[in-house]
Amino acid sequence: MPDGGRLDVRKTYKLFIGGEFPRSESGRAYEVDGVWASQASRKDVRDAVRAARSATGGWRAKTAYNRGQILYRIAEVLETRASELVAEGSTEEEVAAAVDRWVWYAGVTDKINAIFGTVNPVAGPYFDFTVAEPVGVVGVAAPDEPPLLGITSRLAPVLAGGSTAVVIASETHPRTAIALAEVIATSDVPGGVVNILTGHKAELLPWLASHLDVDSLDLTGAPDGMLTALEAAAADGVTRTVRAADPLGQSPYEVTAFMEMKTVWHPIGQ
Amino acid sequence: MDLEPVKLQYATSRESTDIVHLEKSYGLFIDGKMVEPRSGAMFTSVNPATEEPLTQVAEAGSDDVDLAVAAARRAYEHGWRDLPGKERAKYVFRIARLLQERAREFAVLETIDGGKPIKESRDVDIPLAAAHFFYYAGWADKLGYAFPGRRPKPIGVAGQIIPWNFPLLMAAWKLAPALASGNTVVLKPAETTPLTALLLTEVLRDADLPPGVVNVLTGDGVAGAALVNHPGVDKIAFTGSTDVGKEIQRALAGTGKRLTLELGGKAANIVFEDAALDQAVEGVVNGIFFNQGHVCCAGSRLLLQEPIAEAFLDKLRSRMATLRVGDPLDKNTDVGAINSRQQLDKISSLVDAGVEEGAEMYQAPCPLPERGFWFRPTILTGVTPAHRVAQEEIFGPVLSVLTFRTPEEAVAKANNTRYGLSAGVWTEKGSKILWMADRLRAGVVWENTFNRFDPASPFGGFRESGFGREGGVQGLAPYLALEAIDA
Repeated sequence: MPDGGRLDVRKTYKLFIGGEFPRSESGRAYEVDGVWASQASRKDVRDAVRAARSATGGWRAKTAYNRGQILYRIAEVLETRASELVAEGSTEEEVAAAVDRWVWYAGVTDKINAIFGTVNPVAGPYFDFTVAEPVGVVGVAAPDEPPLLGITSRLAPVLAGGSTAVVIASETHPRTAIALAEVIATSDVPGGVVNILTGHKAELLPWLASHLDVDSLDLTGAPDGMLTALEAAAADGVTRTVRAADPLGQSPYEVTAFMEMKTVWHPIGQ
Repeated sequence: MDLEPVKLQYATSRESTDIVHLEKSYGLFIDGKMVEPRSGAMFTSVNPATEEPLTQVAEAGSDDVDLAVAAARRAYEHGWRDLPGKERAKYVFRIARLLQERAREFAVLETIDGGKPIKESRDVDIPLAAAHFFYYAGWADKLGYAFPGRRPKPIGVAGQIIPWNFPLLMAAWKLAPALASGNTVVLKPAETTPLTALLLTEVLRDADLPPGVVNVLTGDGVAGAALVNHPGVDKIAFTGSTDVGKEIQRALAGTGKRLTLELGGKAANIVFEDAALDQAVEGVVNGIFFNQGHVCCAGSRLLLQEPIAEAFLDKLRSRMATLRVGDPLDKNTDVGAINSRQQLDKISSLVDAGVEEGAEMYQAPCPLPERGFWFRPTILTGVTPAHRVAQEEIFGPVLSVLTFRTPEEAVAKANNTRYGLSAGVWTEKGSKILWMADRLRAGVVWENTFNRFDPASPFGGFRESGFGREGGVQGLAPYLALEAIDA
């Protein structure tokens, strides 16, 4: 019995798949940073990819304005939970920077095609334009440091561009990743748009990289020693691979890295 | 009183080949000179319309790749990289102008080497190739305006591997943005169509392009693989099959080399009941029979809305019966020769598989020449999405026909492919056009038209059709490193 006579209620750190918080189907957990975290399996990767795929249609169909408001809502909820994120291992400055990062990406959703979209002056009677579209499902290897700003910097541009994500969390900071999942789960982000798996990158990333329903792979947070094998596995499905020069970079180019350019031709006539 | 139908007389109108002067053999273009291959190997380039040998061409080996990459590196570091953009621009403009000057010669050579109809090489391939150089020339001194918040720098030596279906045009798509961006190049044309790239080296010399800025290595997959794996190459750009593209992506894993891939396709050409049907028939014919269907973005799956399916097929069969198949040098020819024996065999075996799986075949009743590689314009009806001919790229004049009832079903069927290069939509309803364009997972969507190309318009695929864009401002990005400018 502790001082004061009340026993605290501890949190179970579970996975985040399809808007729910299941344990790993494998029944495994690993001890890290003073808690037990779920140790996701290959099957969990596949379930997460399926959830992410199912969510692509609804997420990309939202207006850019609507997606921007949802990302802003993440910032709002994160701000109110700053102390929780600090308790999970981030500094106050880092949490503030992460909140500001969500705000920045909230404001970029409806600017992307103003910056990168083009009307193409073709030599013929056609109206021809090019727009950036979401690539689809993105597999993200979250950076290890800093715990919150790292995953935020890689996840926010994926969502801003209208794609859905399967994130393999930092192996050393699963608590922060799951705390962020709880923020996302209460921020009007539709289930399946973000899926976060905790566990061992060496076990999970190869399955994610070779999964044919993953359209793009962010390897910014992948261990250096795995890079060659992961990029080779991605070739099975011509999966795009991204490795940001600056893991904490913030720009519209981080968004278009997870987008495809689509060109549309239409005749001009009477 | 019944009128007798007018019997039209057909007279051939054959383009002369006098304008083309072929050497007995060709070496490799390295460091501004034609040189004998270190490999010592030669191969024969054949006219697919006659099966007659045209000339002997060098088959580059890995030693030759070493020399070419070294020449490109020297040219990059000792001049080209640091040349002011406006001077680089003028070199590229010169190439465009010289190509225009010698356009007919290039067109005839393209036709005899590859088998495509002269009216296509003359009116599409060569003018578009020149246009690409002209377009990107203008970017060379304006790169600072192309990418907001970024300072663009060239990458270095680009290895470029191109296919046999649009030989000179693909060379232009690759070379023009690379040169305008300040990179140097080792270009490997396809084994069956090396001749216009070799003729292009004359243009490069006449343009006084500094030695080593562009090197041309003819050869087969051995040379291609050596180029891909060469440590002195900073960027690979490949256009070709998805299988080879995957091999290249795998080979480059972990190397940090930049890569763009333009791979296969299985485009849906979707005709709604409210389409202008006669225009749609023309678009469908162009979509699949242009260049013998040797087109990665060919509209090889026809999706017809059920109420008009039979009527549309009647019109299509009638139109197909008027297609002229044969001598590619005849200015009347609509469909030329299949590019190679190997490709002809591949087309035949896939069509056989389609018939075995239950598809019904119609072939245009045209006479075919006795020699050369030919395949009749073909449609396969009663195809289901599971059939091989609905999934695999045939790369020939073969159209697989499926039907649908609702726009949602059309989208689902169109997107039911591992590819995503192009799509076509035919309807007179504007809102439906844009609704479809938004949902089709393809890099290029043609609405009430098909197979349109322009240097100002980005081209490239989703999914297993590859990544990266060619054309437009977007086509510069693969050839530039973009450094952040402090905001």
